[in-house]
Amino acid sequence: MHRKDAFAYYRWLVLFAGAGFCLLPLWATLIGGFKSSGDLRTNAIGLPKVWVAANYASILTDDKFWHMLWNSAVITFFTVFCTLLVSSMAAFTLAHVRFAGKRWIANYLALGLTFPFPTAVLPVFIRVRDLGLLDTYWGVILPQVAFNLGFSIVLLRGFFSELPKELFEAAFMDGCSYTKMFWKITLPLSRPILATVGVLSLVGSWNSFLLPLVMINSDAIYPWPLGMMQYQGQYSTDWGRVLAFVSLTMTPAIFFYLLAQKHVIAGLTSGAVKG
Amino acid sequence: MTAKRSVSDHLHRVIAQNFRKRIFGSGRVTAALLFLPPALLLFTMFVILPVAEAGLYSFFNWNGYGSPERWINLDNYTRAINDPIFYHSLINNLLVILVSTLVQVPFALWLALLISDRSRASVVFRAIFFVPYILAEVVAGLIWRYLYDGDYGIVAMVYGLLGKEAPHPLAEQGWATAALLLVVVWKYFGFHMALFIAGRQNIPSDIIESARIDGAGRWQLVRSIILPMMRPVIVLSLFFSILGSLQTFDVIIALTGGGPLNSSHSAVSYLYTFGIQRMRVGYGSAVGVVLFVICMLVMVLYRRLFMREKEGS
Repeated sequence: MHRKDAFAYYRWLVLFAGAGFCLLPLWATLIGGFKSSGDLRTNAIGLPKVWVAANYASILTDDKFWHMLWNSAVITFFTVFCTLLVSSMAAFTLAHVRFAGKRWIANYLALGLTFPFPTAVLPVFIRVRDLGLLDTYWGVILPQVAFNLGFSIVLLRGFFSELPKELFEAAFMDGCSYTKMFWKITLPLSRPILATVGVLSLVGSWNSFLLPLVMINSDAIYPWPLGMMQYQGQYSTDWGRVLAFVSLTMTPAIFFYLLAQKHVIAGLTSGAVKG
Repeated sequence: MTAKRSVSDHLHRVIAQNFRKRIFGSGRVTAALLFLPPALLLFTMFVILPVAEAGLYSFFNWNGYGSPERWINLDNYTRAINDPIFYHSLINNLLVILVSTLVQVPFALWLALLISDRSRASVVFRAIFFVPYILAEVVAGLIWRYLYDGDYGIVAMVYGLLGKEAPHPLAEQGWATAALLLVVVWKYFGFHMALFIAGRQNIPSDIIESARIDGAGRWQLVRSIILPMMRPVIVLSLFFSILGSLQTFDVIIALTGGGPLNSSHSAVSYLYTFGIQRMRVGYGSAVGVVLFVICMLVMVLYRRLFMREKEGS
């Protein structure tokens, strides 16, 4: 009994220390946005001596801030939508349609899993520029979708090929076309895996930095990570403002995570499990 | 009567089947022709060709305008290899790999084993530990840039309590890299923890039970049953921590910008600063190719050494 108690204490100690390690920086950031500069110097984790609302208020009333979030939302929406559509069509074909060279094509697409994106970034920049897509949403969306295809197709194909064969045979007997099978049978049955792939590409696109950094020059279509870095560059050690900005961008992400926690954890880790 | 009817029924069915098969056949072609090309086109244009082009451009001195014409053999490569900053950035990558595999992954495993049961408290802690992983890397970088700022933040506070003048870790060579390593642990351990929890929960509970009945202690249980059974997931997690470490970028830009004096670059932030920002397409491509080769070598070697056929594919 005694040893059990000791273990329980040790366990709680470790867990609370770990939670503090995770959350303290976030707390200091959220609360830091409400502090005056002098307060920030001496009091990193306590409550503000005087609550300053101006930092948060000035960002929330700035059209530029909302515009950045909008830009990110547009880019993320189309990235997720196109990733799901294009990769599920390809995965369906690879899982259910028999044709010559299928293996070869599957292996070709799986190469995308292994390539480090930074190697391709300069040539992708040249291509996007030659297509006239620099400084447009599509200049970010298309490469993002392309680099999502590898893991999405592998995940989707695995799931699709495990759907019960009888369903497809029955549909086939009823004269159902492949296109119809895809829309009416495969997709409705594949919600869990679509959610997984969706979350994975959503989080990746919403947070992405290097690609928009290279493709986008005008602030008018800056997604929020670029806007945040620009803001930080502008106010540098005016930490109250910077922390307010950081907090405002991280809260929606945390809310989304808390709402869809199961999907988020499953999504973000299953991408790895299939690697 | 019934026999006759069933024969005609059967005939009908066969005819209908053949008919459908023909339509079906054409449906098959349409499906393949409609469904595959978007993926193939996007993938070829924005993944395969660019990687091949990086290989080609790396032999040119090219600023990206017009077409590449000044072929300079391996000059870009020799210049990169002889650049102490590049060399140093590779060392930093190595440090990130070492800390990720030797500190972060064991730390994640340790926590995972404490919260892999399905109790309420465990679920809550699991949710908390995963939070840093869902944040954008630039967010993580900026948060810690504040915490490390010797005039503000936690470093300043701790030294203030001790009555000493606080250092500015991000402004000192060596310390900046060390600071980066802590941020990497903070940001990514939750991911590995989630993998480990899933792996631990996959161990059938009757195995654990019977070992317990045989009198195995807690530590014995972990060492001789749980860890060996979790080998596949540990191998996988180390694999991802190595590959991820090789591509560290966003955190560095937000935390140190590669400074002070270019001492905290990684291969990718080096590529960005010295290739992309200066529009040296040839040089940047050569750096990218070096990164590519390192990733491929690591991947192949790692798979050969640690992954059996069944694992990770």
